[in-house]
Amino acid sequence: MSVVPISYYLVLSVILFGMGAVAVVFKRNIITIFMAIELMLNAVNLAFVAFARAWNQLDGLVFVFFVIVVAAAEAAVGLAIVITIVQNRQTLNVERVNLLKL
Amino acid sequence: MFLLDHLWIILALPLAGAAINGLFGKRWPKSAVNSVAVGAVSLAFLAVAELVREFAQLRPEQIPYFKNYFPWMTAGPLHVDFALQVDQLSVVMLLTVSFVGMLIHIYSTGYMAHEGGYYRFFSYLNLFMFFMLTLVLAANVVVMFVGWEGVGLCSYLLIGFWFLKQSAINAGKKAFIVTRIGDFGFTVGILLLFWTFRSVDFGTIFAKASTWPAESMTQAGTLTIISLLLFTGAIGKSAQLPLYVWLPDAMEGPTPVSALIHAATMVTAGVYMVARMNPLFSRAPIAMLAVAIVGALTAFYSATIGLVQTDIKKVLAYSTVSQLGYMFLACGVGAYAAGVFHLMTHAFFKGLLFLAAGSVIHAMGGEQDMLKMGGLRKKIPVTYWTMFIATLAIAGIPGFAGFFSKDEILNAAGSGPHANVWLWGLGLVAAGLTSFYMFRLIFLTFFGKPRFDEHKVHVHESPRNMTIPLIVLAILSTTGGWFAAPHLMRGTDYFESFLHPVFATYAPEHPVGQEESLSGAAASELEPSPGMELLHAVTGPPVVVGILGLLLAWWFYIKRPEVPQRLAQTLRGPYTLLLNKYYVDETYLAMVVRPLLWVSTNVLWHAVDEGAIDGTVNGAATVAREAGGQVRELQSGNARSYATWVVFGAVGFTVLMLGLWMVR
Repeated sequence: MSVVPISYYLVLSVILFGMGAVAVVFKRNIITIFMAIELMLNAVNLAFVAFARAWNQLDGLVFVFFVIVVAAAEAAVGLAIVITIVQNRQTLNVERVNLLKL
Repeated sequence: MFLLDHLWIILALPLAGAAINGLFGKRWPKSAVNSVAVGAVSLAFLAVAELVREFAQLRPEQIPYFKNYFPWMTAGPLHVDFALQVDQLSVVMLLTVSFVGMLIHIYSTGYMAHEGGYYRFFSYLNLFMFFMLTLVLAANVVVMFVGWEGVGLCSYLLIGFWFLKQSAINAGKKAFIVTRIGDFGFTVGILLLFWTFRSVDFGTIFAKASTWPAESMTQAGTLTIISLLLFTGAIGKSAQLPLYVWLPDAMEGPTPVSALIHAATMVTAGVYMVARMNPLFSRAPIAMLAVAIVGALTAFYSATIGLVQTDIKKVLAYSTVSQLGYMFLACGVGAYAAGVFHLMTHAFFKGLLFLAAGSVIHAMGGEQDMLKMGGLRKKIPVTYWTMFIATLAIAGIPGFAGFFSKDEILNAAGSGPHANVWLWGLGLVAAGLTSFYMFRLIFLTFFGKPRFDEHKVHVHESPRNMTIPLIVLAILSTTGGWFAAPHLMRGTDYFESFLHPVFATYAPEHPVGQEESLSGAAASELEPSPGMELLHAVTGPPVVVGILGLLLAWWFYIKRPEVPQRLAQTLRGPYTLLLNKYYVDETYLAMVVRPLLWVSTNVLWHAVDEGAIDGTVNGAATVAREAGGQVRELQSGNARSYATWVVFGAVGFTVLMLGLWMVR
């Protein structure tokens, strides 16, 4: 069984992370941004797992668990906020949520 | 020994007078202001008289009598006490200052009777007495400097007494600023004194200076620099070349002020200081020579200006500058006692001349131009006679005060240990010029036909409180010289032997040079009899030129009154030059004042202050505001733009790290 080189994983991770980042910057729908953030988190997770395997160390795997836990918590709190915003402002567009603007 | 132990009383009296009049005098009637002011100085004079009586009982080793009141400043090695001292020199000055001051206070009660600001005038005058006495009694350079600056302040205040008159204000400022130039040198001199001797006390400084070996070049150099710097202060204060220009302008002040401050006392402070510092000057031959040259040149130079002035006070002002030059000439040739003696006699006769001139101006209702006077002899006889006596005194006519002092100075310049034939010659010519312009003043003012409208000007003799000081001073101008008279008959010169300890205690030890006598009093004869000495003195060159001046003035202004006119026509160039005082004021204006003003306005004000300093401050504010304006655009409140910046930041940081890693 041939071993896939680590660079493949890393390139995929960078592509996923970049797509997520671009989506966060350019998308207006708050749900989409939310999903993009999840995408970025998982891109990082992929990089962690790849490094952990490449160097045979558990540290990276431990971090991934932490990230998954935090992402779950974030999803819970974030979606609650999204629901509140939608109830208050009847919109998902982040540019309309600007009451704190200078 | 009450007053010797309570020297402060002498200072406190005029200070209290100044304070009382200054604080409450405005609401008081003139008689009350008079009593306070005249009372204060009279009591001060009585205190001085008592002090002199006690001083006479001191043993020689107790002199100078030193009194330390309280430590004033202590900073590291610098230790300044408020300390006073009395020695023979201070006694002479104290007597002169307090007595002439008292007479002029009395005179002022008459002269200023119709003036506004009466209480202010007397308050300043008393304050002046306080500072002058401080200056004289000081036991260290710093206390002396306090008095020195204090009299300068009072001089400024009193010159500008009529502060609604623009010319008076300008004259006051000029006096203050010009003397300040000299005071700068004085201040540096004081600092150098402390730096060199680690002390500011006269006694300590002199004792240390006299233990220095005379051969040491560096120490001699230090002493020369210190002496020259101190003399710079004296040049400013005593109106010598080239800083004399303030004194003639100072005549804008009331005449009693001119008499007290600008003739009798304050302007002689420079001479007093040089005499006080004699142990330093005597060890600095170059400085001594500088003092003598400046003195002789000033004596001659300002006498020439005095020849053609027509304002009665201006003539006296230039005469004062000239006589101060004599005093410095005396100090410069080592005849300190003669200098101080001339200081004293000058205080008498020049104070009298100014007071009499004030009486003339008073009688003429404010007219100061001698060309508009004439024939006043019969109308104001007391003024005439007293002024005539003073003129005889200043012209050096035998028997009057000025004769003895001027003779001694010229004698020292001609045959003393530091004799110099050029200085002697300048002094001699100046003596002739002095006699000429003083008699010119007398003849123009008191003789001939009145040149004013007798119906308009009501000429009247001054009230008694003005004439009595005149008479007292006239008596002193006649008799004041006789202290020194016996030296003409090879006897003891009382004045000089009285002052001898001051000038001999720390005198350098090397022998006095034996030089050929010029005035021919001593060396020409093998065994001169006292009578011959006397004859030589009263027929000596100073007397001859004095009488020549008198005769010339008589011929010019009595016998042939048209001659001066014609002479002025023929010698138009020199005459205009003299009339315009050698254009010195104009030169200073063009060479010093204007460039300074230009630099101040264009460089210091517009370029440095407005450009650099304001520019920096305003520029800093502008940069902050502009930068803030740019940066606040970033804080849009738009979450996505923040996210964009975060991404950019992350990318930028990554690129940076990669770049650094690659470079390494």
